[in-house]
Amino acid sequence: MSTATRVPVRRRVRRTGTPTPTRRTRRRTDWWAVLMIAPATLGLAVLYLWPFLETFLKSFKGNALFGPSKFVGVQNYSNLISNDAFWHALRNSMLYTALVLLGVPLAVVLAALIEQVTRGRTIYQVLFFLPVVTLPVAIGMVWRLILNGDFGLLNWVLSRLGIPGEYWVADARLTIWAFAAVGIWMGLGINLIMVLFISGVSAISPELYEAWALDGGGRARQFRSITVPLLSPTIFFVVILTVISALQMFDLVFIMLGSVNNTAIDGSKTIVYLFYEAAFVQFKQGYAAAIAVVLLMVIMAATAIQFRLQRKWVVDV
Amino acid sequence: MHKRRLGVVAAAAGIALLAACSSGNGTPTSTAGATTGAAATTPAAPVTITYEVWAGTQTPAMKEIAAAFTKENPNITVNVQELPWPQYWSTLQTGAQGGTAPDAFWMLAQQIRPYAAGGQLLDISDEIKAENVDLSKYPKAVIDLYDQGDGKIYGLPKDFDTNAVWYNKALFDAAGVAYPTADWTWADFRATAKALTKKGVWGTAAPIDYQSGYYNTIFQAGGRVIAADGKHAALDTPEAIKGIQFWTDIMKDGSSPTLQQMSDTEAETIFEQGKVAMYMSGAYWALQLYNNTALRPNIGVAPLPVGPAGRATVSSGIENVGFAGTKHPQEVKKFLLFASGQEAANIQAKSGAVLPAYAGTEQTWMSAMPDFKDLQVFIDASKYAVPLPVQGNAAEWQGLQTQYLTPAWNGQVPVEQAAKDYSAAIDKVLAAG
Repeated sequence: MSTATRVPVRRRVRRTGTPTPTRRTRRRTDWWAVLMIAPATLGLAVLYLWPFLETFLKSFKGNALFGPSKFVGVQNYSNLISNDAFWHALRNSMLYTALVLLGVPLAVVLAALIEQVTRGRTIYQVLFFLPVVTLPVAIGMVWRLILNGDFGLLNWVLSRLGIPGEYWVADARLTIWAFAAVGIWMGLGINLIMVLFISGVSAISPELYEAWALDGGGRARQFRSITVPLLSPTIFFVVILTVISALQMFDLVFIMLGSVNNTAIDGSKTIVYLFYEAAFVQFKQGYAAAIAVVLLMVIMAATAIQFRLQRKWVVDV
Repeated sequence: MHKRRLGVVAAAAGIALLAACSSGNGTPTSTAGATTGAAATTPAAPVTITYEVWAGTQTPAMKEIAAAFTKENPNITVNVQELPWPQYWSTLQTGAQGGTAPDAFWMLAQQIRPYAAGGQLLDISDEIKAENVDLSKYPKAVIDLYDQGDGKIYGLPKDFDTNAVWYNKALFDAAGVAYPTADWTWADFRATAKALTKKGVWGTAAPIDYQSGYYNTIFQAGGRVIAADGKHAALDTPEAIKGIQFWTDIMKDGSSPTLQQMSDTEAETIFEQGKVAMYMSGAYWALQLYNNTALRPNIGVAPLPVGPAGRATVSSGIENVGFAGTKHPQEVKKFLLFASGQEAANIQAKSGAVLPAYAGTEQTWMSAMPDFKDLQVFIDASKYAVPLPVQGNAAEWQGLQTQYLTPAWNGQVPVEQAAKDYSAAIDKVLAAG
């Protein structure tokens, strides 16, 4: 459309040699746009593109911490895929991501419920939003205490109900589940309040619900037939963001497993934790870069797959 | 990059010249010598250097040391910067790579290797020679720990630690068990731990802890962690296996909280809660335990029990080192010597936060905590101290300990097997360089 109109204009300009008003405004708009975008583009290039290229190149080099490293080909990658710890971490990250995704339907239901609340709605919003403005370190520390096997709050409550407690953050079979519980709780604030509720649920036209009520439709069916379909583009957005951030999870492992003496650490590492360990504890620069590149590929693949699947369930609003 | 390397070369050349001058009775003869010497002798323009540390409890003492140094050298201001432990090493690494690392900073033996090999640290051996620093004032185990075998000296110890057994007298009294004696043996330790274990109280704590745990008993059994050639692990030797069994036996007896309990709550915390009667660990807990006023009167210290091959404790310490890329190498070197010297050691000792490395300042450290009567044990232990094993990429192979030793601690795998597997894994790391 735009090229179709632009081409004849240019031709005319060239032929006449005198700038027409159309030409002047068009040229100026383009130039301004470029100028306005330039700082952001420059920032992107300097802060993201350049480091990415550096990392990518580094992943084919040796582990020297300082000075030049020699080129080692794909050795870092072959070391990585032959390391059991990598596959274990990949599995942990994927399990964590899958579990945290369960928080999305929860957020949708809660968003619809909050919409129904007429009095004290703000209180709910504040409560759900609090984790977002709380320091992750503080969150991790508090949950560590709650989940403590010997004197944690959770086990105390369970014991009251006659259920034997567990070492939630000291048993490698359970840690990922504990991280996911905290991850969902932390994610609710952003997903539920910031995205789903503010820009999604409250944007659905009340007339639709009124019409539904006039037709005598039930609440559950209303949620399924009106709320969810109309929210689906927003839900899609939330799912994309959730998967990306879940695959990058590191802080919860770092904070909730506490000391290096936690024997559950080996079974609880995520990909980014493995990266941190390689880069900053073991000084293996090239190897760490390879982990980062693989993680990027995993995230890109996961996102591409979701865009594919999107056609099947996201309603064009 | 190129520019920085050039700077290092220039600095090194300057140092070489300076060394040449000082050996010639300090009278510069050549013009080149005069110019380099000038920076160190004439009261130059004011200089500010940064000094990075990680331990919050020690920061006041570090600031005091910086102030004392400026008093002696009015043209040099030292800026003490504190970073929390989780960020310390990553920040230092990035800073060194980008040429913006602090001028002086704390170093650990487990971390020094890549920095030294990568030419990131100031060699202060010339300054040590020029100032006639008596190296015998420092614990040999700690000096050896930092020796990179390249003939250079990158720093001097600021503090050191040895291990002993902290014990809770109230729990001994309650169980009617006699306090440990100075010459108690492994068998005594195990029996005492068993006798102290009652409902809700464990005799001791046996975490998988290399520095304050099984390395000590490996040496006490006559074993080694890494073979003398530095290229192979020696954990699978009969002596080392005996040293590890010391701990698995305690686990078997039920005299310690489980590994899961100690993962949730650190052993030291359980000890402070009064649920563990004996805790084998370092001198670095002294001030923390002293500040626990409820616990203070009940605290006793006994030397580590005597093993089949005698006494041993692993020892390590922090060193003050300088960044090779600093703009003020002479001033930094001067500060490094001061920060590890006698006056600085006394300042540290008075704070009680840490046991200073400089010989003769121990008494000051002990007097900072007068209610603890047995602190001398930690100082006596330096007589039989061995350096903490840190060969090769130590951080990497130390990090593998939980993976390989947990099954042995839990009794799922015989110690021999776990030690063999762990040794093979360490060998792989050492071979990778």
